[in-house]
Amino acid sequence: MKLALLKTPDTDLKVSPVPKDTAPATPKLKQATQSHRFDAEIVSVTKRYAPLGAPAVDNISLRIPRNSYCCLLGPSGCGKSTTLRMLAGHEDVSEGAILIHDREITTLPPVERGTSMMFQDYALFPHLTALDNVAFSLKVRGVAQIERRAKAREYLELVQMDHLAERLPNQMSGGQQQRVALARSLITRPKVLLLDEPLSALDPFLRIRMRAELKRIQKELGISFIHVTHSQDEALALADLIVVMNDAVIMQAAPAREVFETPTNAFVAKFLGGHNVIQSKGREVSVRADQCHLGARPGMNSLSGKISMIEYQGTNVRITVTTAENEDMTVLMPALTYFDHAPEIGETAQMSWEASDEHALAPM
Amino acid sequence: MSKPNPRRARPLSFYFLAAILSAFLLFLYAPMACVYILSFQGPTGGMSFPMQGWSTHWFQVLFSGDGQGVGDIGNAFRRSIRLAFVVAILTMAISLSAGMAYRRKFRGSNFVFYSAITSMVLPGIFVGFGIALMFNLLGWRTNWFTSGIGAQLTWTLPFGLLIMFIVLGRFNPSYEEAATDLGASARQRFTQVIVPIILPGIIGIAMAGLTSSYEETARTSLNIGTGNTMPMEVTGLLTAASTPVLFAIGTITTLFSFTLVIVSLIVMSRLAKRRQMRTAA
Repeated sequence: MKLALLKTPDTDLKVSPVPKDTAPATPKLKQATQSHRFDAEIVSVTKRYAPLGAPAVDNISLRIPRNSYCCLLGPSGCGKSTTLRMLAGHEDVSEGAILIHDREITTLPPVERGTSMMFQDYALFPHLTALDNVAFSLKVRGVAQIERRAKAREYLELVQMDHLAERLPNQMSGGQQQRVALARSLITRPKVLLLDEPLSALDPFLRIRMRAELKRIQKELGISFIHVTHSQDEALALADLIVVMNDAVIMQAAPAREVFETPTNAFVAKFLGGHNVIQSKGREVSVRADQCHLGARPGMNSLSGKISMIEYQGTNVRITVTTAENEDMTVLMPALTYFDHAPEIGETAQMSWEASDEHALAPM
Repeated sequence: MSKPNPRRARPLSFYFLAAILSAFLLFLYAPMACVYILSFQGPTGGMSFPMQGWSTHWFQVLFSGDGQGVGDIGNAFRRSIRLAFVVAILTMAISLSAGMAYRRKFRGSNFVFYSAITSMVLPGIFVGFGIALMFNLLGWRTNWFTSGIGAQLTWTLPFGLLIMFIVLGRFNPSYEEAATDLGASARQRFTQVIVPIILPGIIGIAMAGLTSSYEETARTSLNIGTGNTMPMEVTGLLTAASTPVLFAIGTITTLFSFTLVIVSLIVMSRLAKRRQMRTAA
């Protein structure tokens, strides 16, 4: 971001019908200055589409600390998008309450919540240029054209899109559209930005670049981002707080490292990947694939099976061992170690691990 | 898409299908071409070839209206176009409102939908007869502004509705959610997001309404009150007139239709251009 933008006084903007608390406390883009405990709080929220049907979101509670990058992670249909849409106000809450900056907003219309949503397909208005798309929220508040265009241009600069300000959405690439959509959401100065699978429509190269940019912008603005994704890589790379959801409930909500190293149950361990879920001495445990070894070793726990797949991944080699019970176990070993032995597909093999590397899982 | 390889031979089916298409185009346009050519028949010429010289004599006869079997073409045209404009605007407004209402399911929506669509398949002559009969029973006089417009709407509305459903069915609902998110009121969503995005569809409905009203006779003829519309006048002339004036009418009518199409295309392309120009200044 350009330094000039940080110093831009926001007071000259005549935004009359906006609630007072959305105005910035300091004349800077950074705005998380009020004293509140959590940026967002979900209290026992349930969502039912049919009065007696199965809930899409079942009595979940979550606190998102200030200035966090939070990822809602889970398979499709787990309730993560519904949760996001309830936060945004595009979906009614059946039971429970939602708070943003300690203020209850459960039944408020979207614009009064202090949230802003970035849609999966970006939803840029096709008849407006990038600049007018970004200026839209100012236009509907009655900000004069010159003022709103100047402001919109600043936000296009923030996402490095000012050179394409006059383009229509269909004249821009997916990545460019996304940047414009981001600027359009940010110009409303949200307290919490909601992103619905923002990277899923991009190619893998662009996805990695954009996710770095999202993280950078989140840190610069000092607000919370809540990002829905089904990609564990994305969540691990971005999130301060990962919320793993399945079947309408939260399985685990914790910092990325904690979720990866100590998954609470078999679902979290399997969904994040990189773990083997093993029955060991009558209990269910997870062992990280990179802490499993090929071949029996004295003093270690082990199981036997057949090597069914070998994937060379550059730094590592991923070896799949299929047990007699037809369960797939994964051994992730450094490529150099692999080429010392070079086991082959179809060979019988032992997989072993230290008992101390076992992490007990809660029954589901 | 890559360019087709010019050296690759086209399959035999290409030539076969191209021949069918050519035959169809010939069947469609050759008779019309005859009409256009014959409308420039010399003053002494008749209703068929050969041409007895070239002139605009029959157009002059048409416009002078000095009673050589050309009836009341000018007034008929005025009546038709007045009716068509009112019907087009009503069709557009009603279809748009109905389309907006149908974005949400409501009780009885299927019944309303099917009863509106049914009038597409009802024989027009009976619909028209029914309306005239009802007016008669109630002791009202049929008039272009009441029964005329009503009868024509039974024909244009189902098409307008169907086009609107297709247009709004393709409308991405997240545009509206995004507008709500950005603080737009219901009115602002409608005027600044929905209407601009579906504007080509709305113009399309108006044009469809205009043309189908202009050429409708089955429902109109019994309900128009005094004075013929254009198609009624032409039908009358076809049975009575025996001079190339008829062909002149054909040429003028075709010109009028093409003008409509071209004007609407120009309007649409200008709309698209204005969109691009709006912020470029």
